[in-house]
Amino acid sequence: MRTIKRYLGIFWLLLGLGVGYFNVIEFGLPKLQSGKQEDLVFGIINLFILTPIIVGGLVTFGYYVLSGEYDEKTK
Amino acid sequence: MNEEKTETKKNSIWSVIMASSVGTLIEWYDFYIFGSLALVISTKFFPQENPTAAFLSTLATFAAGFVVRPFGALFFGRLGDLIGRKYTFMVTLLLMGGSTFLIGCIPDYKTIGFAAPLLVLLLRLLQGLALGGEYGGAATYVAEHAPPKERGYWTSWIQTTATLGLFVSLTVILITRSVLGTEAFEDWGWRVPFLVSILMVIVSYFIRKNMHESPIFAKVKAEGKISLNPLKESFGNKYNFKFVLLALFGAVMGQGVIWYTGQFYAMSFIGKVCGVSSQQTDMLMAVALLLGTPFFIVFGGLSDKIGRKKIMMLGMFIAIISYRPIYSKIYTTIDCTGKTEVLNRAFLDVKTNWIPNTLSDSLVTTKTHKEFSDGTIMDVTRKVTIYQDQTKKPLIDEKKSIQLNTPNYWIIILLVFVQILFVTMVYGPIAAFLVEMFPTKIRYTSMSLPYHIGNGIFGGLLPTVATYLVSTAKMTNNPEWYLQGLWYPIIVGGICFIIGVLYLDKNDNKIEEEL
Repeated sequence: MRTIKRYLGIFWLLLGLGVGYFNVIEFGLPKLQSGKQEDLVFGIINLFILTPIIVGGLVTFGYYVLSGEYDEKTK
Repeated sequence: MNEEKTETKKNSIWSVIMASSVGTLIEWYDFYIFGSLALVISTKFFPQENPTAAFLSTLATFAAGFVVRPFGALFFGRLGDLIGRKYTFMVTLLLMGGSTFLIGCIPDYKTIGFAAPLLVLLLRLLQGLALGGEYGGAATYVAEHAPPKERGYWTSWIQTTATLGLFVSLTVILITRSVLGTEAFEDWGWRVPFLVSILMVIVSYFIRKNMHESPIFAKVKAEGKISLNPLKESFGNKYNFKFVLLALFGAVMGQGVIWYTGQFYAMSFIGKVCGVSSQQTDMLMAVALLLGTPFFIVFGGLSDKIGRKKIMMLGMFIAIISYRPIYSKIYTTIDCTGKTEVLNRAFLDVKTNWIPNTLSDSLVTTKTHKEFSDGTIMDVTRKVTIYQDQTKKPLIDEKKSIQLNTPNYWIIILLVFVQILFVTMVYGPIAAFLVEMFPTKIRYTSMSLPYHIGNGIFGGLLPTVATYLVSTAKMTNNPEWYLQGLWYPIIVGGICFIIGVLYLDKNDNKIEEEL
């Protein structure tokens, strides 16, 4: 189980990158170019705040998982 | 002698709970009245014909929820770990109360022009900052007073405050509106809920003022073990940062979307997607919230006995598998298609007006009133703006207002109540869970940031993303368009559930380790 949990780190890493791609290409840039005020605010928040948190967070989390940082303590 | 000591200890915890909870409740109340009155506020301060003012309006609504709360968590979390919990959450209380009161005092756009939206935006940002600092302080303060093995129970009182804050804000607005009447309320009465806040803040300030610093923090401080740089130790140190990430992705992210689905998306779905009248929507939400609130304490207390992880993960799992059936039932219960209409009670009223200053454009307003054999009443107002310029498409705005019959009204309350139960399972134990995840010297900073990213960002995004998914599905004629908004909480909650089940370690408890 410990090995499976560790290798799932690759999945979290890829998920972070996938969400990043979707947020920038599908959701972020089109909003910035739509010309509507609401879309502009949402696009800015999405691209410059959400995406870095999700991508950076999930990629780092995936890396930590892969390197065994979350292996369960035994008490 | 021992019994006397235990009694004094219990009394002292109750006063800690009272002081912390009342203040936190007021902060949530302050935060929510802006949201609940956003429509009125936008007409007073943010005239839509001015694009810059409209931009500020959107910014004010989005920014405090998404962006500013995590910054408040960092700023006040750091202060709380450096100078103490008590003084920091006194500052957040005064900042929030002062900002809310001042929003109620700002002259409108017609009186002071562009300064009005700017001031509202500034005060809304201060509200977001204050909220970012408040919750972590209150949860930490209570948990550090609570006896071991009872932290879930005692901190769950703090957990009730967000829901009660929403309940109190809805109630104050409902009462003010019904006492003053809709016209006076929309003219000046909307200021009352903002102004009333200052009285509650003053009372809460004096209650909090007499409290002592948290004993665990005081001990760490006396031993000279407080952190010199809480931000660096929380996020620059790999050992702590991995717990910040785990708290975010394995617990708070899912909790945020479940919280917002059960309490905000439910309200917007019933009112906007299904078209139930705003008064009935507010009332049924208030009843469901009130019935659900005691369960925060039930699940918080239960988490002391069977573990926090089990309850939170079970709540998350049941929520994500039952959202679609619940919302499908809500929609079919309210939907009037297929109901038998009582024809002699129906009427149609059509009015055509020329739009002033345009000479030739016209507005056609059609009002339809229908009553059904089961007692449901539906009013539809359809406004069509017809332009003289043939190249411009007519602008159609349709508003439906449904008055539910009594049995259906209670079915909807039950369906919202079930969702609030999920919220209480996930949210009830989470304060104790977060507090126990981090050591005393950086606890305030470390727990506040994931909480406000999970709640403010993942949860706060829910209405926008869900509305986007629903409107896209409606445009593409998806037969189940009304359920498509649920994919956001289902996917985010699902990922969080898997991460939580796999990686949260029930043996991690920094408070116990320190003691």
